[in-house]
Amino acid sequence: MTFINYASREINCKIVYYGPGLCGKTTNIQWIFEQANPEKRGKLVSLATETDRTLFFDFLPLDMGTVKGFKVRFHLYTVPGQVFYDASRKLILRGCDGMIFVADSQRQRMEANIESIANLATNLKENGFDIRSIPYVLQLNKRDMPTAAPAEEMERLLRFRNEPMIEAVANQGTGVIETLKACARQILMDLQRS
Amino acid sequence: MAKLDLVMFEEEYKLLQEIISRLQVDSSSKVVFLVDKNGQQIAASGDVRSIDATSLASLTAGNVAATDGLAKLIGEKEFTLLFHEGEKDNLHISIVGKRGILVVIFDMNSSLALVRLRVKKASRDLQEIFEKVEQRAQTVAGDSSFESPFSEITDEDIDKLFGD
Repeated sequence: MTFINYASREINCKIVYYGPGLCGKTTNIQWIFEQANPEKRGKLVSLATETDRTLFFDFLPLDMGTVKGFKVRFHLYTVPGQVFYDASRKLILRGCDGMIFVADSQRQRMEANIESIANLATNLKENGFDIRSIPYVLQLNKRDMPTAAPAEEMERLLRFRNEPMIEAVANQGTGVIETLKACARQILMDLQRS
Repeated sequence: MAKLDLVMFEEEYKLLQEIISRLQVDSSSKVVFLVDKNGQQIAASGDVRSIDATSLASLTAGNVAATDGLAKLIGEKEFTLLFHEGEKDNLHISIVGKRGILVVIFDMNSSLALVRLRVKKASRDLQEIFEKVEQRAQTVAGDSSFESPFSEITDEDIDKLFGD
């Protein structure tokens, strides 16, 4: 749900990073946080366990500049990827404007990727969204791993709506901004159409 | 369609701001925030510079969402009030209408009873404004003469946001 404030001339959009446990959702937004101009980024809030696993969510507000005289602000969220945190995952999808699915390229995580997309579809539906129409990007993360499955194979298994598919190595920043940009583009174009 | 944007026009925004400024003074509190259930800050009053308002809005929404989840688990519709007591400062969080959350931060210069009393009145007023905002959004959506400033967004505009 985009929040358009004509009084302060601001547009606020919520983008959620989704995916199986340890796929690199937090790494994506940590990299964005480290690279962003300190004046344009807010605080990175991480609600994590003692072992640095996401417990509830990570949150990063990002000022992007202006479009048509309106300040554009993205609120980036990650969900906890571990299967048993499903109730929390569902809550974080509330009011989201766009989704980024971070898939783990390691062959042994392919089943977890597939399960997580199915879980995303269910949780989006429960929040009143349709996975086939919401702004959505597929990121193939950890492309540098020796056990990474070929991109074509991942595409066949995980891509279902001709969504932008971006290869990434999030801990080195490869593909991170491209992914965010692909999602932002869809959200803003949706705004244009509505 | 689940994606109903929250569109705030100047007129209603001013009214919301007035109500929460009055609440902040009447309840002798330090800061009052009005945030949306999805974690966006709508308005604020008081010593806002002392607090990271964006994080506060997001964490409040997360807190309310988690409490909502708990309510449903035990068969309640929602818990409309959350209160956190600290050594010096206290946090009073209440739900306003369908999409608003009112956050009042107060210290020993006020009391829970006073805050509750003032919040009750302010909530009614805020709810009226929220209803107006919703009505206006629907009217605007059905008005073909209303030209959204975003109808002309181009690929170049989006590239510029990313510094390309």
